[in-house]
Amino acid sequence: MSLPGWKQIPLGAVILKPGNSVEYKTGEWRTLRPEINQEKCIRCRTCWMFCPEGAILEVEEPYKTQAGKEYRLTYKVNYDHCKGCGICANECPVKAITMIEEAI
Amino acid sequence: MGKVLPLGGNYAVAYAVKACKPDVITAYPISPQTTIVERLSEFVANGELDAEFLHVESEHSALSVAIGAAAAGARTYSATCSQGLALMNELLYIMSHVRLPMVLTIVARALSAPINIWNDHSDFMSVIDSGWIMMMSASNQEAYDEIMLAYRIAEDPRVLLPVITSMDGYIQSHVVEPVEVVDDEDVISFAPKRKSWVTLDPDKPVTMGAVGDPNWYFEFQRQLWEAMKESRAVFDEAVAEFSKKFGRDYSAIETYKLDDAEVAIVGMGSFMGTIKAYVDRARKNGVKVGTLRVKLYRPFPSEDIVRALSNVKLVGVMDRALVPGSPTGGFLHSDVACAVRQAGLDVKTLGYIAGLGGKLLTMDNVKQMVDILLKYKDVKEVPKEPFFIGVRE
Amino acid sequence: MSRFEIRWHGRGGQGIVTAADLTATAAIKLGFYAQSIPTFGTERRGAPVIAYNRIDRQQIPERSPVVEPDAVVVADPHLLINPKPLGAGLKSGGYLVVNTVKSASEVREFFKRDDIKIAVVNATKLAMDVLRAPIVNTVMVGALVSATGVLTLESVINAVRDRFPPRLADPNAQLIKQAYESVKVE
Repeated sequence: MSLPGWKQIPLGAVILKPGNSVEYKTGEWRTLRPEINQEKCIRCRTCWMFCPEGAILEVEEPYKTQAGKEYRLTYKVNYDHCKGCGICANECPVKAITMIEEAI
Repeated sequence: MGKVLPLGGNYAVAYAVKACKPDVITAYPISPQTTIVERLSEFVANGELDAEFLHVESEHSALSVAIGAAAAGARTYSATCSQGLALMNELLYIMSHVRLPMVLTIVARALSAPINIWNDHSDFMSVIDSGWIMMMSASNQEAYDEIMLAYRIAEDPRVLLPVITSMDGYIQSHVVEPVEVVDDEDVISFAPKRKSWVTLDPDKPVTMGAVGDPNWYFEFQRQLWEAMKESRAVFDEAVAEFSKKFGRDYSAIETYKLDDAEVAIVGMGSFMGTIKAYVDRARKNGVKVGTLRVKLYRPFPSEDIVRALSNVKLVGVMDRALVPGSPTGGFLHSDVACAVRQAGLDVKTLGYIAGLGGKLLTMDNVKQMVDILLKYKDVKEVPKEPFFIGVRE
Repeated sequence: MSRFEIRWHGRGGQGIVTAADLTATAAIKLGFYAQSIPTFGTERRGAPVIAYNRIDRQQIPERSPVVEPDAVVVADPHLLINPKPLGAGLKSGGYLVVNTVKSASEVREFFKRDDIKIAVVNATKLAMDVLRAPIVNTVMVGALVSATGVLTLESVINAVRDRFPPRLADPNAQLIKQAYESVKVE
C-alpha cells in the first residue's frame, strides 16, 4: 500500500472530508450476522439505539404482519458496516434478532 | 504615536493583548500572572475590549477551551505560569500539533516543591519540546511588543503554530517602568487577524484531532519540524517590519559589547540587564567581557549564536532552571554547547545555575561569574559541573 | 541629576509597594527613566516588606536589589529596634526618612552615623487623623520628596490623582502636602 508523504498530507492531521468512515467497510470483520424477524419485531428502536456502529437502518417501508398488524417502519441491517457483535440480538426485548453463522 | 505610561510588565502585556483584539480569552488565576487576566477582564467588563472572557475551573480547562476557540478560528489568548503551566501540559502538545495559532504568556515562576511563587525559568524550560514558538523578553516594553509580534507570527500561513511569550515573574511583571503604549490601530495594523486555512465550521465540516496511527503520526511530526524551522524567517520579517513601524529593534539574540570580548555570558530574561550593567563596570577596568541574550528560544537561533561567539575564548551560560542529571545542568547551556559543537567552533563553554526560586542576582554574583570566566579562559579543560551562583554552602 | 536610588522598609498593609510605584510614576511623568521594584512575600499583613526605586536620566538596565541607596525610607518605627538592615549600604550624604515620634537626633543614636541626613515625620499620627487608619505610604512619599528634593510635590500629588479615584486621592494628596511641610531634616 502506498500512502502519501508528509508534504502531501493536510497540516495538523486535519481530516478534510467529513463522514469518510462510511468508506471503510467493517462488514467483512463479521463471523455471525444478525437477522431481524419482521414478524416478531415490534419496532421499539432498541437495536437502533444500541448498535455501536450505526449499522441498524430505520427505513420508511410499510410492513403488515400475518396477524394483520401494520407498521410504517422496517428495521434492516447495513451489512457493509455491521461487525456482527450481537449487541442488537442481546438487547432485543422480543428476541426478534438471531445471530446466524455466515457461510463463506 | 502612542504614549509613555508607567506600567508593570503584566499591565503592559494586558494593554498589548487588548490592542490585538482577541475574540476569546481563557483565564485561570495564578501568581504572578493573575493581574494580566484581571486587567483584561476589566477591559471586557467596561467595554474597552469586545471578547469572550471565560473563567474556567483550571489551567487544563483554560487551554482546552483555547484549543476549541482557536480551532473555530478565534484569535485566542491566555496566560499562566508554574504549576498552572504544568497542568496545561498535555494540551500544549495538542495545540501545536493540530497547528492552531494562539498566544500564551508565561510569567516565569519556579516549580514546586518547596512551594515558591517567585521567579526562575523552570516552567518555561519545562515546555521547550512542546512545538510552540517561544520567546522571552527582558523589559516591560519588550514584553508589550512581543504580544503583537507573537500574533503576527502565529497566524502567518507559513507558520500556523502557537506562540509563547514570556517575562520574569515579579522582577518584570510587577516592576513599574516606562512603557510606550502604541495606538490600538497601529497595533492591529501590524498584527491584523488572519484566518487559518481551515476552521471548525458547521457548514463545511472537518475533523481535527483525530487518531493518527503509526501510518500517519510520524509524518505529521515531520511537518512540525519543518514548520518550526520555517517560522524563523517569518520572525525575522516581523521584527524588521516592527523596527520600521515602531522604531524598536529586536532580533533572535541581543548582543552587548561582544565584538572584542574574550569572555561572554549567555543567558535569558531580565537578569541580563543586571549583567550588562556589570559589564560596563568591568570594561572600565579593562576586562574584555560581553553578553549575549537569547530572546527567541524556539526555534533555537544556533547560527546567530555561533556567529556572535566565534571570536570568544570562553562562554559562561547562565541557566535559571536546573535540569538534574543532565549533561550541563541546564537546557540553555546544553543548547548553546550543542550549537557551538555542531558548527565546529573552538569555543569552550561552562555553566552557571543562578536565581532559582526568586533569588535575585546581585552585582557581586555577576562579578563571581565573570571572575570564573577569567580564571578558566586560558585553561584547556573547563569544569563540566555547573557553578551554583548565590547558593549558601 | 545622576542616578538616585531609594530603599523602602515597611510592613505588609502600610502600602510600601504602592509608595514605590507612586514615586516611579511621578518620576516617569516628569520624563525620567524610573523603576519601582517590589519584593513580595506571600502577602501577609504585618510582615516586613522592602521595595526599591531607581530614578535616572538614562535607561536603567539593572534588575537587582538596590544595595547602596541614596535614600532609605522607614515607614514603621518599630523597625528601628533592629537598625542594621535599615542603614545597610546607605551612601554617605544620603537620607534616612523615618516615621517616628522621636527627634532626628534621637533617631541618629540608633545609627551612630554623622555622614547622613535624618528626616523625621510623625506619619502614623498624620495618617490616623486624616484616614483613620495607619496607612502611611503617601505620608512617607511626601516626606521623602520634601527631605531629598528628588521629585516635586506636584509630581507625586499628580501620581496619586492618576492612580486613585477622588474619594481616596483627595485625603492622600492632603497627607502628602502635610508631610511635605512638616518633615524635619537634620
